[in-house]
Amino acid sequence: MPPFVRYLTPLVLFLALAALLYKGLALNPREVPSPLIGKPAPEFTLPELKDASRQLSHTDFQGKVSLLNVWATWCVSCRAEHPLLMQLARQGVTIYGLDYKDSREDAQRWLQRFGDPYVANAFDADGRVGIDWGVYGTPETFVIDQQGIIRHKHIGPLTEEAIQREILPLIQQLKGEKG
Amino acid sequence: MIPELGHFALILALCLALVQATFPLIGSLNRTPSWVALARPLAWGQFAFLALSFAALVQAFLGDDFSVLYVAQHGNTQLPLMYKISAVWGAHEGSLLLWALILAGWMVAVATFSRNLPREMVARVLSVMGMVSIGFLSFMLFTSNPFDRVFPAPLEGGELNPLLQDPGLAIHPPMLYMGYVGMSVAFSFAIAALIGGKMDAAWARWSRPWTLVAWVFLTIGITLGSWWAYYELGWGGWWFWDPVENASFMPWLAGTALVHSLAVTEKRGAFKRWTVLLALLAFSLSLLGTFLVRSGVLTSVHAFATDPARGLFILMFLCLVIGGSLSLYAWRAPSISRGGGFELVSRESLLLGNNLLLVLITALVLLGTLAPLLYDALGWGKISVGFPWFNTMFVLFSPLMILLMGAGPLTRWKHHNPSDLLRAVRLSFVVSIAAGVVAALPLLTGSISAGIAVALSVWLLSTLLTGLRQRLQRRSGVRGLLADWKGQGGRAYYGMWLAHLGIATFIIGVTFVTQFDIEKDVRMAPGDEIQLNQYLFRFDGAAQHMGPNYRAQRGTVKVFRDEREVAVLHPEKRVYQVQTKPMTEAGIDAGFLRDIYVSLGEPLGGGAWSVRLYYKPFVRWIWLGGALIALGGLLAASDPRYRMRLRARVGAQAAGKGFGAESTA
Amino acid sequence: MKARQKRFVFILLALGAVAVASVLVVQALRSNITYFYSPSQVVAGEAPADQPFRIGGMVVRDSLQRDPNSVRVRFLVTDNAQQFEVVYDGILPDLFSEGQGAVARGRLENGVFVAEEVLAKHDESYMPPEVADAMKPGEYQAP
Repeated sequence: MPPFVRYLTPLVLFLALAALLYKGLALNPREVPSPLIGKPAPEFTLPELKDASRQLSHTDFQGKVSLLNVWATWCVSCRAEHPLLMQLARQGVTIYGLDYKDSREDAQRWLQRFGDPYVANAFDADGRVGIDWGVYGTPETFVIDQQGIIRHKHIGPLTEEAIQREILPLIQQLKGEKG
Repeated sequence: MIPELGHFALILALCLALVQATFPLIGSLNRTPSWVALARPLAWGQFAFLALSFAALVQAFLGDDFSVLYVAQHGNTQLPLMYKISAVWGAHEGSLLLWALILAGWMVAVATFSRNLPREMVARVLSVMGMVSIGFLSFMLFTSNPFDRVFPAPLEGGELNPLLQDPGLAIHPPMLYMGYVGMSVAFSFAIAALIGGKMDAAWARWSRPWTLVAWVFLTIGITLGSWWAYYELGWGGWWFWDPVENASFMPWLAGTALVHSLAVTEKRGAFKRWTVLLALLAFSLSLLGTFLVRSGVLTSVHAFATDPARGLFILMFLCLVIGGSLSLYAWRAPSISRGGGFELVSRESLLLGNNLLLVLITALVLLGTLAPLLYDALGWGKISVGFPWFNTMFVLFSPLMILLMGAGPLTRWKHHNPSDLLRAVRLSFVVSIAAGVVAALPLLTGSISAGIAVALSVWLLSTLLTGLRQRLQRRSGVRGLLADWKGQGGRAYYGMWLAHLGIATFIIGVTFVTQFDIEKDVRMAPGDEIQLNQYLFRFDGAAQHMGPNYRAQRGTVKVFRDEREVAVLHPEKRVYQVQTKPMTEAGIDAGFLRDIYVSLGEPLGGGAWSVRLYYKPFVRWIWLGGALIALGGLLAASDPRYRMRLRARVGAQAAGKGFGAESTA
Repeated sequence: MKARQKRFVFILLALGAVAVASVLVVQALRSNITYFYSPSQVVAGEAPADQPFRIGGMVVRDSLQRDPNSVRVRFLVTDNAQQFEVVYDGILPDLFSEGQGAVARGRLENGVFVAEEVLAKHDESYMPPEVADAMKPGEYQAP
């Protein structure tokens, strides 16, 4: 059926294109693999945001499943994801904050104004700890298990979808793991 | 309350679309007149509900209703009125609503201006448009609802991206969408023809004005976008071969091919299958563009930031629409009859060449746009395809097209004696070569590219003048001219004339600005002077300036030529209230033959700034060309030959069922 | 017969043109695509020494230095594992800032990346729809 075949060509070409686009969706160019996943959280000790005499360190992650959220007052997207963090906190998720290259007063005022979902906030004034954690830009959120090992990294503001599909199930799973 | 009404209206529109997509189509196949008759009122109903929905969203912005999520993200109490309105379509969800509204608008237009078309055909066309509408409405209702609420409502909105707070960019999406969506009319006509199985020249005559008008809007949209990018982005660039730009360019190219192909089908009944395929292609490219822009598959500074899940929905929709239409094509096209034959030297042949080249260029643009994705998918690395490749491709293939473009209108249909044709174009050929050589001389420009561009443009111009003279010879005096204007075929010709002139203008603009523009990034302290070409720029420092919703540093740059002050420019660096990223407003002295362009970089301390200085010769010719093309298209579309006399049509309908009598006109 | 011959010629011409065009296109493509390398890859020597390419990553905070007498800037980009220095003679784009992503196109010269063009990463400042999703009310019910 030669003539028929000729007219199928556009369709065939399109299907090839569609396959490519489908593959492209799966690729997601915004994903940046993190070399830290599966490794212990980088060591750090930082003063706390609200009370500089107290400290937050990597040992605080032991014995519980928690999130570390890297944020700053100068980051607009952080403001956008904030309500989600509040909801997560209300649901009982332990969230630590890493206030990245920020001003102490600004940060405290910000939390007062918009609410504080954090169990504690580490104040990373010069951002060196952020670099250790491979922070690519703000905000970023890490999921850390009971042994203090980083199990997941979410780049960019949290979305409801990411929370429902990835974060919450992972937290559940990690809680079930034995220490 | 009002947002809920808007939401409800959307749902109702979807219900109507569901009915519109099915009943009239089935009715046209079953010969059920009552179902066929549903098409028009349904189209009106959809439009009414979508207009209501759109109005609800506009009202939400005007009323600063931040309990609506979309308004909270993009609206702001300090936003000037015009931008509160344009914010409606400034981001993903709202722009979809605009798309759907414009689609409904085209539906109503088809329903209204097709009194002289067979009812069955109109029913099928509207049904197909209804199917497209279903896609967009469901996409909105299931994944991108503009009326979602947020609770508690923030006190202030996130503000419209400052880049979009500009009159040029406010109108750019509506123009583009009018074009994209308008291509669905040609698409629907093509599908209707394939379903009906019979296709004649009348089909081409019906499709042509719709395609032309959609194409004109696309032209305007693209031209506006380019012009906007130039004066707003502060970098002096006017085209970046960015995926989103390409997404609008490809339907335009396919649309251009379609408009020309329709001419052949209308006149000679030839190329029917090809024309149908092009009609399917043009709209498919529009949809593909929508996908590329909103799915996150390609990174682009213009793209709506959206996620892969939505991309999947659009992709499935794409597969349905494009896959479905191409399957229909594969099935039905073989049974479409061939049209009139033609010789190697004939207008058909030249138009075919033009078509092939246009499709080739479209394919190349598509290739360049998708290459990064292709490489990534195959694991060959992360690449980007830049300017040079696209430009090279264009430069390689357009001269041949220009050659054909000049000769085409002078060539007769079916058969033109080659030596006669050569005689007709001989003078133009010689003049063009001469002009090109002169232009390329070191005395004038010293550039081969400029020489080629001049040669091509003069070729177009002189062949146009030759054709005009031929035409006027046959119609004497003012009366003849007036009759030509009023009669059939006149405006189509003059429209073509203008549009081709626009191309010639465009070529000059593009080549000269690319070859001869000068750009300098310099550090300037107050009082510093820099020489660029024959212009002297003096920086007089920058001062604070308050705008309605922004703070700015406003620089003063005085431009001198031969000791005389030519312009005082005020480039600005603005910081808008909510979005804290700075924005550049260029200071431009526009001229017919050149632009002088200055933009501020960053403060370097001590009152000094990094400043970008540009000399841009002939840059306005680019958009002048675009405007001429659009004007030409409009003129051509207004040709009375597209308005079939009602009496003749009715007679034909009474004589036979189906799509009207075979016509050889 | 004549029509057949004509079509044959047509097709032959068309195929020939396609072949020529394809060759030109692919050649041009190969020589005009720029590959992207991360700082680690550049440090490891994977990037070409004599061809333009793109490098990208996060701009290291406090690494931006300006030359006091010109528009030249220097900054470091990092992918968390390695850093690399970028030099650029020109005005940085508005969206460029430390702590955010950037991509530069240029070539290696004397161990430093000399950029012809710097692009700032498309940032999320204007609330993409994903974030919109996040703000939906009532979807999160406490268990």
